Amino acid sequence: MTALQEAVPRDAAAPVSGRREALHFALRNGKLLAGAGVVLVLLLLGLIGPLTIDAPPNEYVGPPMQAPSSEYWFGTTTFGQDVFAQFVYGLRTTFAAGLLGGVVASLIGMVVGFLAGFRGGLLDEILNMLTNIVLVIPTLAVLLIINAYLGIRSVVAQAIFIGLTSWPWAARAIRAQTFSLRGRDFVDLARLSGSNTWKIITREIAPNMSSYLLLTFILLFGNSILIASSLDFIGLGPTEGVSLGLMLQNASQWSAMQLGMWWWFIPPGAGITAIVGALYVANVGLDEVFNPKLRET
Amino acid sequence: MVYGLTFVVAVTVDWMIPRFMPGDPVAGMVARANVSQPAAVEAMRQYYTGLFGFDQPLWRQYLNFWTALLHGDFGISIWVFPTPVSDVIMGAVPYTLGLMIPSVLLSWVVGNRLGAYAARRRLLDNTVLPVGYVLTAMPYMWLAVLLAWGLGVIAGVFPIAGGYSFSMQPNWSAEFLLDLLHHWALPFASLFLVALGGWAIGMRNMIIYELESDYSTYLAALGAPQRLIRRYAFRNAVLPQITGLALQLGVLVAGALVTEIVFSYPGLGSLILKAIQNQDFFLLQGTFMFIVLGVLAANFIIDIVYVVVDPRTRAGMAGAQA
Repeated sequence: MTALQEAVPRDAAAPVSGRREALHFALRNGKLLAGAGVVLVLLLLGLIGPLTIDAPPNEYVGPPMQAPSSEYWFGTTTFGQDVFAQFVYGLRTTFAAGLLGGVVASLIGMVVGFLAGFRGGLLDEILNMLTNIVLVIPTLAVLLIINAYLGIRSVVAQAIFIGLTSWPWAARAIRAQTFSLRGRDFVDLARLSGSNTWKIITREIAPNMSSYLLLTFILLFGNSILIASSLDFIGLGPTEGVSLGLMLQNASQWSAMQLGMWWWFIPPGAGITAIVGALYVANVGLDEVFNPKLRET
Repeated sequence: MVYGLTFVVAVTVDWMIPRFMPGDPVAGMVARANVSQPAAVEAMRQYYTGLFGFDQPLWRQYLNFWTALLHGDFGISIWVFPTPVSDVIMGAVPYTLGLMIPSVLLSWVVGNRLGAYAARRRLLDNTVLPVGYVLTAMPYMWLAVLLAWGLGVIAGVFPIAGGYSFSMQPNWSAEFLLDLLHHWALPFASLFLVALGGWAIGMRNMIIYELESDYSTYLAALGAPQRLIRRYAFRNAVLPQITGLALQLGVLVAGALVTEIVFSYPGLGSLILKAIQNQDFFLLQGTFMFIVLGVLAANFIIDIVYVVVDPRTRAGMAGAQA
């Protein structure tokens, strides 16, 4: 959610020499390995952790306000809920929201970006206008209104709405890249040989910027997690289940800080920070893998 | 202009959502009021229907909405009943602006400086970069909670709730202003810190890019001092950062809102929380319109600043006119 999104302009030409070379550099890139490692560990924790816990995460299982102990790893809340159980279930929800939101946003961004960049002309003008409008409107404010009226109560709906509002910068970036590829010889060749728009985009243009698309998706993924947790925190999250944002909301609502219950609000925030931070770092690593110019620095 | 169009779209969305959503908002509001007498229910239904103007044709409703809006009439708040929404919002806006403007500008300036210094300097780069990534990845409310807990609860240096002490009444005495500043410090610090990381990283990347470009190499070949080259690089790298500031406004506003909620700071964020908790849709819609207007105005200002800062855009405009 930073100026990171302002990717430095660079050549659209992806490494041609194939996957082996990318893999070679990927396995030697510390940033990528560390970032991906952290994300994977948390993802596994979110996937496997809930299986080891019998009670639902919001169940009142233990004595209230316990500091972390061997029985309750992250302590318990004011009501005796197990913070660790909430944490692992919350990780699951948070990943789901981020992933789905990221996928929806990338899909819209790709469709708009490819069409606008490749077709040009009037379609480009219209799509560009649309992109600018959605770009300027503050996302969270729109989500507030929609959530408040619709009463969104499931993670899926929340993630879809996040996806629907966070695509513009991706569309812009993809449009610019497509624009630079449009005039290349191989695209002209495909057009001369009678391929239709859809085929040229999927067969000729998209593969040549696949690394760029992957990077875009990762940033959108991290973004969705941050937006979802903000919404949860304001009280517009899903009512059933837990997420890391909801945990933070509960902790602040029941004045965990004033009571000094640090084990209630530190884990969820640390979880979000770790996931998003690791995604950003992995993103930089991937950039170095795909873009030889950045490798030496 | 894009901004005008955006405003129209925002207003239309604001108008459409309560009307075209599945379900009947009037029925919902009546149900929420928990009135059991049929006569009372009927009266309320009438009142709300009249309030939204549901009995009129759609185009008429739309026009009415615009007229009301242009008169600055956002309806009447349900939370603090007889007060108009615009008054409630006006009471909160100074706090939000007082928090946002300094923190956004300062973090932008300091972040850019930091990033520019860090670029291509091993030691600084290795410290600024990781810290920057951690800061940008932090959810705003978490850093706010951490600061409130560390400096407010444990160290007890700063108050952790409200815009001023409960024992005081707003006035212009030095004592009150100091108290105001004291309460302002923590929310400001957390907004400042989260935004700082992103600007520093962005600037660092831009500077590296600029230092690799031909004009830098040329200057170096001419024997220009490193300081001078960096100064030119900085001036070029600042331009995308200005655009970045415009793009980030929405995120920054969102950050300010949740930070205010953490500190129960009496700005727009706390207002939104109250509106949601009390199902006060007029207040929520009014706040929405206000935020959109604010972001649009800020975007407009940034556009103007960009033209002032970058002579090329000015030349382009003059050329277009000629």
